[in-house]
Amino acid sequence: MTFTFVRRYFIPRLIQYFLVIFLGITAVFFIPRFAPTDPVQRTIAELRSRGTYLDPATVQNMIDDLRELYGLGGSWLEQYGTFWKRVFTGDFGISFFQFPTPVIDLIRTALPWTLSLLILTTMLSWVIGNVIGGVAGYFARNRWLRTLDAIAMVIRPMPYYIFALALLILFTYVLRWFPIAGGTAVGRKVAFNLDFILDVLRHAFLPALSLVILGGAIWFQTMKLIVQNINAEDFVQYAQLGGIKERRIVFRYVIRNAMLPQITGLALSLGQILSGALITEIVFSYPGLGTLLFHAIITGDYNLIMGITAISILAITTMILVIDLLYPLLDPRVKYR
Amino acid sequence: MSVLTAEKLKSFYVLDILGAEKVVKAVNEVNLEIRENEIYGIAGESGCGKTTLLKALYASIEPPLRLISGRVFYVRDSQEIDVYSLSKEEKRRLRWEYIAYIPQGAMSVLNPVIKLKQTYRDFLDSHVAGKTKKEAFDMTREHINKLGLPAKILDAYPHQLSGGMRQRVTIALAALLKPRIMFADEPTTALDVVVQRGVIQLLKGIQEILGNTIVLVTHDMGVHANLTDRIGIMYAGKMIEEAKTEEIFGNSLHPYTQYLINSLPKFGDKGSRESAPGSPPSLVDLPSGCPFHPRCPYAFDICTEQMPEFLDVGNHHKVACWLMKEGKDAIAS
Amino acid sequence: MVRVVKDLFKDYRFAFSFSIFCLLVIFAALSTFSPYDPTFWFHAPRNLPASWTHFLGTNSKGQDIFWQATFAIRNSLIISVIAGVVSRVIAVLVGLVAGYRGRTTDRVLMFISDGLLVMPLFLIIVLLAMLVRERMNLVNLGLLLAFFGWAWDARVIRSQVLSLREREFTQTAILSGTGTLKLVIKEYLPFVTPLVFSTLINNMSWAIGMEITLSIVGLTNMDIPTLGTMLQWAISYQSLLLGLWTWLLTPVILSIFLFIALYWLSVSISEYLDPRTRVQRVGEK
Repeated sequence: MTFTFVRRYFIPRLIQYFLVIFLGITAVFFIPRFAPTDPVQRTIAELRSRGTYLDPATVQNMIDDLRELYGLGGSWLEQYGTFWKRVFTGDFGISFFQFPTPVIDLIRTALPWTLSLLILTTMLSWVIGNVIGGVAGYFARNRWLRTLDAIAMVIRPMPYYIFALALLILFTYVLRWFPIAGGTAVGRKVAFNLDFILDVLRHAFLPALSLVILGGAIWFQTMKLIVQNINAEDFVQYAQLGGIKERRIVFRYVIRNAMLPQITGLALSLGQILSGALITEIVFSYPGLGTLLFHAIITGDYNLIMGITAISILAITTMILVIDLLYPLLDPRVKYR
Repeated sequence: MSVLTAEKLKSFYVLDILGAEKVVKAVNEVNLEIRENEIYGIAGESGCGKTTLLKALYASIEPPLRLISGRVFYVRDSQEIDVYSLSKEEKRRLRWEYIAYIPQGAMSVLNPVIKLKQTYRDFLDSHVAGKTKKEAFDMTREHINKLGLPAKILDAYPHQLSGGMRQRVTIALAALLKPRIMFADEPTTALDVVVQRGVIQLLKGIQEILGNTIVLVTHDMGVHANLTDRIGIMYAGKMIEEAKTEEIFGNSLHPYTQYLINSLPKFGDKGSRESAPGSPPSLVDLPSGCPFHPRCPYAFDICTEQMPEFLDVGNHHKVACWLMKEGKDAIAS
Repeated sequence: MVRVVKDLFKDYRFAFSFSIFCLLVIFAALSTFSPYDPTFWFHAPRNLPASWTHFLGTNSKGQDIFWQATFAIRNSLIISVIAGVVSRVIAVLVGLVAGYRGRTTDRVLMFISDGLLVMPLFLIIVLLAMLVRERMNLVNLGLLLAFFGWAWDARVIRSQVLSLREREFTQTAILSGTGTLKLVIKEYLPFVTPLVFSTLINNMSWAIGMEITLSIVGLTNMDIPTLGTMLQWAISYQSLLLGLWTWLLTPVILSIFLFIALYWLSVSISEYLDPRTRVQRVGEK
């Protein structure tokens, strides 16, 4: 790998990466500052409503401490500085929803659930959708594949929420095959034995199915379109003229080339896919960031929402960077100038 | 001995543009006989149907192109094979082993994401079973070297090579399995003259080594002069003249051919060049009778009514022109 | 124009989706004849099954489901139209300016646009929606969604402008003294309009999807009947467990039809506009 390549390809992307994170998190900092409600006052009110008596001096101390905790002390510039210092230590403040648990702890518990669901379903839907879409695009006249396309035409426009809801109604109420909610049976402890894993799988199956089918439909259709264009490319026609075995043409000539724009497409859609995963989690009360977000919105817990948003932005931009860096390995035209 | 014959070949493009059907008569009843151990050239202007003819002869017809009528025979081991009656798999097996195709724009026909040695291996594996990776690579390298190309290009990706080099790689690829017939569609177009020479040498070299047949399609008469033994002239989907190369250049009989030859510059000749007046007809809207009659200086009444037959007028020189029958006197006068 | 529509109808997807969409619009227009005010509760007995007086029954809030649904569709469509149209305007402006100006303006605009494309918009919209929660209504929601829906199409329009810029007629216009603004609007707009139309439909679909999703987390105005709020009320009143199927399924099925109709419309229109796919459509008989 030459130095010019590193310079021309890697460096701009790294710069962009940091710039986006910086701007995104700054936005996350500023937006809640415009909130009409003051979280400190709300916390005090909440505590009062639980029936404790607080004398004015204590209240004033609490206000100061809370201001400190919520990062609201000092001028905006000072707040901004404190905010960044804390972000680097992963301190997103205290949650209102589960006062006084730190936001980062809540996120830490929920994150593995979301990440595992997200990564698994994204990879599955991408690979399956692309392969079937590629085959469908090549054998455009095959009846089975055309029915698949018709099915995809019906599934694809569904928003994540509606589709997840439909699956929920169908499989948990009507058919009663799967549990209604949660990640595991209530009260179960995390343990790495077969029992636990099966239980997790049973609970995760429907949200995963929802994401894989919906995502798969999208990759299927976009791949089919790309392949239809690639079919007309000179090198595919040539391979056919040369009598190369059809299976090899489909995989090494058509799909291998059509995959490349799909990799870029994956990088671009990660934001949407993550949003969709969070929404799906809400429908199934799956114990990931989605459900956490739901509770945060209901209780007006700005810190928690900010934390989730910041982590999400970080996760997505990092994944995009990784994909960007891996792309040259797959497209020799980029690697060798 | 003929190695490929075409009988009354008709192949049209049937298009449906916004509700109206349009038929492009690209190959409009062609009869051909191509012999072994020769280089046969097909000449004509752009859009006269040369590439479609090659596709029809190669039996590579996909909608909207259709075979309307006619048959194509390959002769293999003294046996005639009706190509259009073969199954898809039988056709596939013939390809590359018996007959190979170098398409137009050969510079962009290589799979951009795999190395050249992999491409060669794909062609090899699809027709010859049981070669290990190393055996395939050795065969390929030997083949490349024999044709005068450097072996290190096999480790390259297509975009790393120049257009001319890719062209030669594609030609060498066509010769890989030593086919009896090779089709070359405009192999020298869009290349500079030095590279053109390299391509011409390569084709000549292959033909000499393998002793096979090359069908060369190009509008460049200079290439025909350099390479071919016989030439067939196409006009508006029909074969209008066919003869030995020397005959075509020195004693062409069809008015169109005469215009074609006369328009070529010669050394030392500073006079003005004259080409056929008007332009080639649209293949959708062909004139009646002989398609050349609107531009022909000798056109008679019969030329507007009937298409002349493709007749042998001696010395294996075939022409499709009413002049041969009716007008010998007319020319004289 | 008539011929274009006739041609479009040859595609079964367009015919089907166009009819469904018209039906839904008619359904929405029916809301003007509603005998009930949609914001009132208890104008009918609760939880009645479907009957001739109440076509789809009533819900736990004592409202007639059928007439609620007419309002729901009407309001959802209004939101999506506002979001779609405003975001088209932004997309066209950004795309035209970025494509024509180039250089720094282009890079800055595209950086913003790409940022919006790549971010998890749901989270950002949630944050903003929480701020304006108090004053959320149809128009505000539409505008909020419009603010985020222009990014993709701005890029598409920009590439169209880039290719137009290289064409001869641009040079001719410049040489004949046409000002930049006039040039861009008069000459480029006709090329850009078909693009705008097909993306408008997509955007409307996205807006409705967003509206429904936001309703589930309680960030839209629950008093205004939309597909999303209707669904949310049904869920929060445990319609699933209580077996109040018409209440739950009406918004679900209506929105499914709406999404399919909008999607098929946009696909058939954009395939019609793209010359490559149009030839493909007809070449095989």
